[in-house]
Amino acid sequence: MYKILLKQDLVPGIHLFKVAAPAVAKKAQPGQFVVVRIDEKGERIPLTIADWDREGGSVTIVFMEVGTTTARLALLEAGGAIADFVGPLGLPTHIEKFGTVVCVAGGFAVATIMPIARAMRQKGNKVISILGARSQDLLFWEDKLRSLSDQLIVTTDDGSYGRKGVVTGPLKELLESGEKVDRVIAIGPSIMMKFCSLTTEPFGIKTIVSLNPIMVDGTGMCGCCRVSVGGETKFACVDGPDFDGHQVDWDLLFARQRIYLDEEKRSFEQWQRSVHR
Amino acid sequence: MAKPKLNLNRVPMPRQDPKKRGKNFNEVALGYSLEQAKEEASRCIQCKKRGCVAGCPVEIDIPGFIKAIGDGDMPEAVRILKSKNALPGICGRVCPQETQCEATCSLAKKGAPIAIGRLERFVADWERANMGAATSIDPPKPAGKRVAVVGSGPAGLTAAADLAKLGHSVTIFEALHVAGGVLMYGIPEFRLPKEIVQAEVDYVASLGVKLELDAVVGKLATVDELLNSDYHAVFLGTGAGAPMFMNIPGENLNGIYSANEFLTRVNLMKAYRFPEYDTPVKVGRRVVVIGGGNVAMDSARCALRLGADKVYIIYRRSEVEMPARREEVENAMEEGIEFRLLTNPKQMLGDEQNWVVGIECYEMELGEPDDSGRRRPIVKEGSEFTIDVDMVVEALGTRPNPLVASTTEGLETTRWGTLVADEETGKTVKDKVWAGGDIVTGAATVISAMGAGKHAAADIDAYLRG
Ligand SMILES: Cc1cc2nc3c(=O)[nH]c(=O)nc-3n(C[C@H](O)[C@H](O)[C@H](O)COP(=O)(O)OP(=O)(O)OC[C@H]3O[C@@H](n4cnc5c(N)ncnc54)[C@H](O)[C@@H]3O)c2cc1C
Ligand code: SF4
Ligand code: FES
Repeated sequence: MYKILLKQDLVPGIHLFKVAAPAVAKKAQPGQFVVVRIDEKGERIPLTIADWDREGGSVTIVFMEVGTTTARLALLEAGGAIADFVGPLGLPTHIEKFGTVVCVAGGFAVATIMPIARAMRQKGNKVISILGARSQDLLFWEDKLRSLSDQLIVTTDDGSYGRKGVVTGPLKELLESGEKVDRVIAIGPSIMMKFCSLTTEPFGIKTIVSLNPIMVDGTGMCGCCRVSVGGETKFACVDGPDFDGHQVDWDLLFARQRIYLDEEKRSFEQWQRSVHR
Repeated sequence: MAKPKLNLNRVPMPRQDPKKRGKNFNEVALGYSLEQAKEEASRCIQCKKRGCVAGCPVEIDIPGFIKAIGDGDMPEAVRILKSKNALPGICGRVCPQETQCEATCSLAKKGAPIAIGRLERFVADWERANMGAATSIDPPKPAGKRVAVVGSGPAGLTAAADLAKLGHSVTIFEALHVAGGVLMYGIPEFRLPKEIVQAEVDYVASLGVKLELDAVVGKLATVDELLNSDYHAVFLGTGAGAPMFMNIPGENLNGIYSANEFLTRVNLMKAYRFPEYDTPVKVGRRVVVIGGGNVAMDSARCALRLGADKVYIIYRRSEVEMPARREEVENAMEEGIEFRLLTNPKQMLGDEQNWVVGIECYEMELGEPDDSGRRRPIVKEGSEFTIDVDMVVEALGTRPNPLVASTTEGLETTRWGTLVADEETGKTVKDKVWAGGDIVTGAATVISAMGAGKHAAADIDAYLRG
């Protein structure tokens, strides 16, 4: 069992757990993830690592309530425990001195991009961050990301805060402004990563995305997470999760993310009934 | 004294009715009663030459435990069996006895070898029912050395059990959330109940073996880090768990599973009890399973039990070349699984939503023998035909997960990704590191993995005392 040391409700529906997992904390790198199983009857789901404390032996995850598992997870409190917490899985994000790196985060992926932005900064890159959310009340960690960035642009879909619109707007303007950008890292909902990739493609700037297909084991033994990149089948859990966004077959990813839509609905409804009884 | 007349009537295994069992995940084979076991045991002629023992990869004293059953001394039967085999309830169920001990039994020539596997299973089940986990052995004298075992499949469990019995302090590191390897995630409940695997894992733990679950070696500590910190030797029993795909068009359509994914969802994650358990699996109406091994049989029979109307197995060679155990092929046929032999997929067909709707196949014919000694299947040109499906499971074999090899300095791998290790001892070319089981042989059998674990344990012990 892995103890939850701290819980924070960041914004409605998005939560942070600091989990005691010393062995994972010792090895975690930016861009990696853990596979979490709540209890005996739970499924295994991947969650990206938002932060770690090697001395303190803890790993921080941030998740949004989207289905049965994340809703059940959200009911846990500090002092509680998670049955399984496996990691750090996947390849770390490639960190190097590129020059100028643009970090684009959609929604709660700000948590995922944080360690990457920090590592890029430490390597001596100029870091420009773009943070997008649906509206102001879903925005968090703006200050944290600002402190790791040379420049930060915030957008909200409804214009309730920062610039109105989606992240691709300022991304495109930035590239058109003549700013020499050497690499873009875009993490967030798949659709947002796809459009960021489409935005940067005409400029020929390498764009790394962090794919989130359905997974089971997260160690390369099932192939559930297969994605097509540059015409080749890859297992996102071991060959990724980071891939070149210009090479990803996005339609395949979207289709495979929908495999269990019916089952997810059924599972969620049955869970809600059981909770409300 | 007149030579006793040979009894050539094998006592049949009571089994669940095929019509009923196709709809549940309960065990198919029900096990002998004490009377049946004694009757079968009485057929053994206690040969001097002990052909059966020669055919057993872990050298169980087979006539010995059979005699004990015949004498009604069950605790003695348990003792004899367990002194060589820590996992008899598993082996009695899934070992291919027909090609091992039963093939070399003196009565095999007469077509009625002693049902050694069934008797082994009987003894193990008797112990669980009557003695609990209480077959205590005297605690060994501590040898003061620490061994890390990576992977908790049959190879790792056996190596760990033997090393613990020899007085070493053993820790198993397992990537998944339960121990048992393929026994837990691959082989289905109806053939090998998970409760039995768990009981045998608990037995290994009762010998003092520590289990670290959720521990992916290479991602957490590496093998070198294990050796540089706490451990005097490492045994690698990481199996051959990475699935292979055919690389034909349409393979990433929704509804196409590797057997590993399908079986993991069903067995390890208990998707057959969805939504009580959270992990879903698709329930196909018309399912095609590709392959001819045990894994294909297990996948097909799982799909049937989940509620498929029609399950096909397609295999590119003919029935005699199928690598699956005969018994499991027969079980599958009895349950109504349809075999399309000499058939090979050309491509998978999908709809606009990316769901698989058909599988286009070639008819095949057999040509000259190939490297494996089996006749090579050749495509019959122009023979394409399509089977309508809504789910496909590819059971084409697996290869070792490259994780450990790629994160460890100084191991040697073959072009199939298996580790190079001494056949007798399991010693790899790297100092202080042994390996055994599927990681060395490629996908093989439970008992060969156990044999490898045993031999490596003996060699590790010799090294640690040397
Ligand atoms: C569906 C199916 C049916 C089968 N049926 C039969 C049968 O009827 N009879 C028979 O004899 N054989 C059968 N086999 C084959 C048999 O199960 C295997 O040959 C045997 O389990 C191999 O044992 P092993 O210990 O080498 O590896 P495995 O059982 O594969 O165990 C390896 C373990 O190592 C773990 N691991 C891998 N990498 C790491 C890592 N980096 N860190 C930590 N842990 C790691 C894995 O999670 C796994 O638990 C079947 C196989 C399958 C898949
Ligand atoms: S070879 Fe067969 S008959 Fe002879 S001792 Fe072994 S099991 Fe009994
Ligand atoms: S999640 Fe199973 S192989 Fe990637």
